[in-house]
Amino acid sequence: MESKGVRILVVDDEIQIRRLLKVALTAYGYEVGEAECGQEGLNKAALFKPDLIILDLSLPDLEGLEVVQRIREWSQVPIIILSAREHEEDKIANLDAGADDYVTKPFNMGELLARIRTALRHIAVGKNEPALEFGDLRIDLAHRLVLKVDQEVKLTHTEYDLLKMLAANGGKVLTHRQLLRGVWGPDYERETHYLRVYIGQLRRKIEADATRPQHIITEPGVGYRLV
Amino acid sequence: MEEKRLNPDALLASIKREEPKGKLTIFLGAVAGVGKTYSMLQVAKERLAEGTDVVIGWIETHGRTETEALVQGLIKIPPRSLEYRGRTFQEMDLDALIARHPQVALVDELAHTNIPGSRHSRRYQDVEELLTAGIDVYTTLNIQHVESLNDIVARITEITVHETVPDRILEEAFQIQLVDIPSEELTQRLREGKVYIVGQAEKALKKFFRLGNINALRELALRYTAQRVDQQLSTYMQAHAIAGPWPVQERVMVCISASPFSGQLIRAARRLATSLQAEWLAVYVETPRRLPISEEEKDFLVKNLRLAEELGAETMTVIGNDVAEELLAIAKKRNVNQILIGKPLHTKIWEWMHGSVADKLINKSEGITIHVIPGRAKPMQFKQRPAVNIPKVYSFFPWVNILLMEVFLTILVKTFESFLGPVNAVLIYLLPVLFSALRWGVAPAVLSAVLGIIFFDFFFIPPTLSVTIADLRYLIIFFIFLLVALLMGTVASRLHLQISYARRREISMISLYGLSKEMAALDELDSLLQTVLQKIRQTIEGEVVLLLPDEGGKLEIRPKNSNQSLTFFDENERAVATWVLERGQVAGHGTDTLVGAAGLYIPLKAEQKTIGVLGIKPLKGQGNLQSQEKNLLEAFASLAAMAVNRIKLSEQAQQAQLLTESERLHTALFNSLSHDLRTPLASIIGAVSGLLEGEDIYNAEARRELLQNIQQGALRMNVLVNNLLDMARLESGRLQLNREWCDLQDILGVAIQRMGEPLKKRELQIETEIDLPLIKADFVLIEQVLINLLENALKYSQQKSSLQIAIRRKNNYLEIKVTNEGEAIPEEDLAHIFEKFYRSHINKKITGSGLGLAICKGIIEAHQGRIWAVNQPIGKVSVIFTLPIEKKNLKAWNV
Repeated sequence: MESKGVRILVVDDEIQIRRLLKVALTAYGYEVGEAECGQEGLNKAALFKPDLIILDLSLPDLEGLEVVQRIREWSQVPIIILSAREHEEDKIANLDAGADDYVTKPFNMGELLARIRTALRHIAVGKNEPALEFGDLRIDLAHRLVLKVDQEVKLTHTEYDLLKMLAANGGKVLTHRQLLRGVWGPDYERETHYLRVYIGQLRRKIEADATRPQHIITEPGVGYRLV
Repeated sequence: MEEKRLNPDALLASIKREEPKGKLTIFLGAVAGVGKTYSMLQVAKERLAEGTDVVIGWIETHGRTETEALVQGLIKIPPRSLEYRGRTFQEMDLDALIARHPQVALVDELAHTNIPGSRHSRRYQDVEELLTAGIDVYTTLNIQHVESLNDIVARITEITVHETVPDRILEEAFQIQLVDIPSEELTQRLREGKVYIVGQAEKALKKFFRLGNINALRELALRYTAQRVDQQLSTYMQAHAIAGPWPVQERVMVCISASPFSGQLIRAARRLATSLQAEWLAVYVETPRRLPISEEEKDFLVKNLRLAEELGAETMTVIGNDVAEELLAIAKKRNVNQILIGKPLHTKIWEWMHGSVADKLINKSEGITIHVIPGRAKPMQFKQRPAVNIPKVYSFFPWVNILLMEVFLTILVKTFESFLGPVNAVLIYLLPVLFSALRWGVAPAVLSAVLGIIFFDFFFIPPTLSVTIADLRYLIIFFIFLLVALLMGTVASRLHLQISYARRREISMISLYGLSKEMAALDELDSLLQTVLQKIRQTIEGEVVLLLPDEGGKLEIRPKNSNQSLTFFDENERAVATWVLERGQVAGHGTDTLVGAAGLYIPLKAEQKTIGVLGIKPLKGQGNLQSQEKNLLEAFASLAAMAVNRIKLSEQAQQAQLLTESERLHTALFNSLSHDLRTPLASIIGAVSGLLEGEDIYNAEARRELLQNIQQGALRMNVLVNNLLDMARLESGRLQLNREWCDLQDILGVAIQRMGEPLKKRELQIETEIDLPLIKADFVLIEQVLINLLENALKYSQQKSSLQIAIRRKNNYLEIKVTNEGEAIPEEDLAHIFEKFYRSHINKKITGSGLGLAICKGIIEAHQGRIWAVNQPIGKVSVIFTLPIEKKNLKAWNV
């Protein structure tokens, strides 16, 4: 995927992180803008017109959540949040508020770049994609077919919906809540055990080794993603 | 041969005297009017002129102008007013005086008795307090007020003085200044009306101030002072090892009883002991014959014992059958060589019957000097009202029984009349008398006797079937019957009383013993206090309260939730208790200090400190506690004090231990941090600086390797920081579990994924059962546990070896086992490896913070699971942990 000309806005109060990201992302061909605090981030989001925002949650002036909410009021620009370990509730809140994905500090550059690509891919993909592919997994939306290495996999109704939702998100993380709402409905927001059971079942059907899943990845305490 | 050896007692005494305490100067006079107050004021004025801070605490000028003149120029502490029985009195303001803290205080009339409401009942006690506070005191005293001379003075003047001052005050005084004027001059003064004595009619005055009296009193005063000087000299000589004849260490013993005559004996013993410079014992021998004793007698006994104590005796109470024997036994044990005994005023016949104690003593004394002091007053007769209330069990039961017995016996004897004969018949009638006497006591025995006589007379003595006596010889039988009845009955009832008395004593002893045993076992302060309270309540009838100081030093009732209702304890009582706490002295009801209090307060003393107060309000009216009960209470108090102290000390020890433990952890933490952070930092900084500075030197491969170094170092630091954070959260108790339904396989998968490369190099065998239930746990934390265990497994095993993970369901738990091939953990270490900072000693080369397993333990236990390690056969080690399966309604899972 071409990254030339793609603008990324980095909102972080730590100068080392900004420098690091600027150097790395620029090397990969992205155009990088910087903001030191939440307010500046909001301003630059409007002025710089980025294609993606990397937002640190621990900003001095505004809560990361507030920044996400305010941006989402007028823009659907992909937002990746940088958060510290053990703050799952923050991650979940931000994801539910509209952030697309997250990366935990300290992070692996490769991981971050992958998430950036995934998030950007979403724009490129139009709404009328007939099929989605994830490695050796192919999901034919038109025919409600799932193929693993070209072998059809029999899924129940719910399993298919679950897989579809994950797939439609294009590799970005979905929180438990989002998944439960999406597949079972708003009344089932808290019924995590449903999710666990069905993920387990799905894995057994589509993964080569259910104990070492390649496609359905658990994000501990947060949710799941399909890669 | 004269020895220059120091006499230890004297040395001790002289050391004691050098203690920093106020010095007491007593202006001693033979009678009132010799000019003691005047002399005192003169000396005080001299001191004032020298610049000493002299203040008047209390002065009695009696309106005499010369004395009044001297008072001018001296600061006076205003007296305090007290109400008593509707009248207002003035007393010395002790607190104000202590607060003022002069160098010298003038306190007139040492023997004065304070108005109730004052802190102490006697002025000499006030003076003692002043001395303890470090204030020097000048005071005045008449010779008639000296305790040990009290009866001599009474003999001389025929007036008994009741306000006395214990001799020890005089003995411990720094100086005694004798104020003396010729008798004629005194009589002159009297005539001129310059002598004023409170409350005496003029006639009595005249009587008191007869020339003979005055001279006698003067001589007494002079002798006393001289004796004291002599003693001081002797002590001085001994303390400084000046050659002089050492007195053989004498010991004096006096036998006391409840009679007021004992008072005389005690004082005489004191005088003897003082003149011999000997210690003395006052002994009371309790004989069963004298039991039970009435309240009155008890009171007198207590008074006498107290007097002896006050005068400096060691008091003892012993029980025995024979007074003389007991006295001699003690004398032998304690090396007594002088015994004082009173010559009682019994008739010769009485003495012949009961044996004179004095005679017995003299006979058996073997080398002990016996002093027999003649009595002055007749011994008082005490009403035989028993002190111990034995409920009378006389009901109709015995009477009916006796009647039946007699009837039955008569029938029996009548039947076998011819066989038995009259002699045997009579003897058989004696049996019920004996039986009744032993069983029921005097009255039933007498009844038995009378009935027996009547029946015998009626049925057997001619003329039969009538109550007359033909032969007067039978009178003798009747007489003997009655005698038997009376004697046996008396003996028996006395025996019963003795038994119950002894039982009571036994109970209190058992109680004490039981208490001490129980307290040895108790560790918890409140339960110990509760036990003490219980035990005391069992033994002493009355209300009991225990007070311990809180952190602020204020007394509070302990144990806190004791459901006892105290009727007597109010703020006044608390004030008294606080005084006791500060002073470490007994006070309250029945003592000399703060007598107005409702309760008696005993300090709990351990190691010279007062750590609490025991308060008791005896139930029986105004009954002062007997010395026996008081001793028991003091024994309880000291036991309680020791136990409380023990608990407090062990609490302190525990705290100290916790502190040490915490120190240890801090040290380990520092060491760990410093090493485990610095090492990776070293490699990072080294590699980075190398790359920066030597840009062109390294080829691509070398650069890569250095960069990998940096990465590894950084990751290690990351792990350490996370571990420390986890540990801190666990310790602080702020670990919040986000419990949600988890699939353990899921968690395992994530953990494996997170481990990354190092794990990929090994063979990992995973065994799981099918259809494992979900568990409610914190996903992230359990993931952490697995990661820590896997890391450990990697660290402690060989490069090529394999790892196994097994997940199984065991009843209500899921069991997860992580196994690696490696050296077995020593048995004694198996439990310790889960402790913070614990590193196995087998392989010191293996790095790590020592926190990993501790964190696992903390997390698993927070989930109510267990974690442990076992050595598997043939070179494998497993760490196993369990997580509980919640009994959730499984229906919900059937989606």
